[in-house]
Amino acid sequence: MLNNKLGKHTVIFNNKPEILGTGSVVGVKEGEGPLGKRFDVVLEDDTYNEKTWEKAEIKMLSEAILLSMKKAGKAEKEIDAIISGDLLNQLMSASFTARDFDVPFIGIYGACSTMTESMILGSVLVDGGYAENVVSAASSHFCTSERQFRNPLEHGNQRPPAAQWTATASGSVVIGRTNKPNIVLTCATLGKVVDPGITDAHQMGAAMAPAALDTIHTHLSDTNRDPGYYDLILTGDLGHIGKDILLDMSKNRGLDLEKVHMDCGVLLYDKDQDTHSGGSGCGCSASVFAGHIYREILEGKLKKVLLVSTGALLSTTSTLQGDSIPGIAHAIAIEVEGN
Amino acid sequence: MDYLWAFLIGGLICVIGQLLMDFTKLTPPRILVIFVVSGAILTGLGLYQPIVDFAKSGATVPLPGFGYLLAKGAMDAVKIDGFMGALVGGLKETAAGITAAIVFGYIIALIFSPKPLR
Amino acid sequence: MAKKKKQKEQERKEQAKAYEKYVKQFTPNPKYFSNAFKAFVVGGLICVIALYIQNLFMAQGMVKKDAATAVTVILVCSAQLLTGIGWFDSIARFAGAGVIVPITGFANSMVSPAMEFKKEGLVLGSGAKLFTLAGPVLVCGISVSVIIGIIHLLINKG
Repeated sequence: MLNNKLGKHTVIFNNKPEILGTGSVVGVKEGEGPLGKRFDVVLEDDTYNEKTWEKAEIKMLSEAILLSMKKAGKAEKEIDAIISGDLLNQLMSASFTARDFDVPFIGIYGACSTMTESMILGSVLVDGGYAENVVSAASSHFCTSERQFRNPLEHGNQRPPAAQWTATASGSVVIGRTNKPNIVLTCATLGKVVDPGITDAHQMGAAMAPAALDTIHTHLSDTNRDPGYYDLILTGDLGHIGKDILLDMSKNRGLDLEKVHMDCGVLLYDKDQDTHSGGSGCGCSASVFAGHIYREILEGKLKKVLLVSTGALLSTTSTLQGDSIPGIAHAIAIEVEGN
Repeated sequence: MDYLWAFLIGGLICVIGQLLMDFTKLTPPRILVIFVVSGAILTGLGLYQPIVDFAKSGATVPLPGFGYLLAKGAMDAVKIDGFMGALVGGLKETAAGITAAIVFGYIIALIFSPKPLR
Repeated sequence: MAKKKKQKEQERKEQAKAYEKYVKQFTPNPKYFSNAFKAFVVGGLICVIALYIQNLFMAQGMVKKDAATAVTVILVCSAQLLTGIGWFDSIARFAGAGVIVPITGFANSMVSPAMEFKKEGLVLGSGAKLFTLAGPVLVCGISVSVIIGIIHLLINKG
């Protein structure tokens, strides 16, 4: 008999792992967006005074991790593991960031779902008593992912209406336990890979929406909750198109998400910032959660949040070979204690 | 009058490219390949030369014009050098443009660095 | 067994098609008309400017063929310079095929990856990446030209 498993794919954290502090660092464009004031650091220049874009992303992730540790009041030696990932080949940003820390490192790849994945793994370690404090982080940079997945920056082309903008952003949270639990990670639902067969690499929102719906649906039925239980169900980076698809599909399944659903990719940019369908990338949900949403929770505006980061598991090879884009989504519930 | 035809034909070829980009999922590199190859084939069939005579730059500046030069070079050279002409002609005709693109492009790449998009 | 697998594959394909159709109603269309209009005007203008410069050269006593080559070189170099100072991508975002289809687009597709991969070194970075986008164009174009040359050789002999 498993004590910590509920229904099909949901795990419960009985020992109340908490979020002790967060850090968020975003690029220039993200700082000019509607959430600009809700992040800890907004860069004045996307190079961050580094020689390469990759080094800039590493510095951003490193800064976000240090900020979250500082706010949590934890020193480096009190952290038992850093769980982190990004979009680059061989997890360049995350591994090279971990090089500068005297802390064990677990590198994970979940495309843009990385933030929730790392928070779930972190909660499991803390809840199970395998670690005292864990850092969960994720990052992406427009200029590093664009050159890996798409075209050079100065290449002349037109982005189609469905295209999404990879966020230049890093987010980090410290998960640990205290005697007076406050912002608690209560349960999480692991997502399975759902591939609706989209082959157009610009249609990321559409490729991920079915996975998001599957995970949300599984979570709600595993925990026997209505969508209304949550103040906010926050998907990662479906963008405007993916959000519309998710809402329509959920209605057909008899779920009314309209009132409680929001998407990080929609929140991060203004419509007139020419991002087309909105933001994407690991850093999108990482920074929006660690920056904006965490502040809303602290300010008492939100009490129960379900974070559902979504990922499109495509690679440059699979795109060239004409294969479709598998989607994935993981969900983790964040609830304020004492309601 | 020459200018008008150059404008109309040149513009029209670009519109075809734009429609290919908007209606199909073809990426710019594929469109460039399609244009160059179709320009060369049309030249081989003797269909592109009349357009060039008629529209001048309107037909030579867009990428089918590059295919036209390649094919024309090969066809002309074959008449003089036979089989070797087929190997030499195309590149010989376009050598100046390609070399300029390589050398100047390399120099530009050494001087400038990419800037982030806004 | 193989038949079952094939059937499953077929089902998946049909589902994918249905989903793609479903997705389409949520996706805004590109602005077909205004995009095509912008491409037409900008592309046409580039050709007119090219013809004007060519005529200037010919008035100076240049042979037509040399004048045309000189114009091509000028277009290539100016497109690459615009790419270098970071204007070409903005122009292309506005004009689309209007600057991508003329030789300017070919020039841009060579210099932009070379700039992008400068940090990976001058040999395996810029040197190699110069041809990532332009390579296919050269390979296909030159191959076709050789085939056309050979066909013409055979026809004229026969």
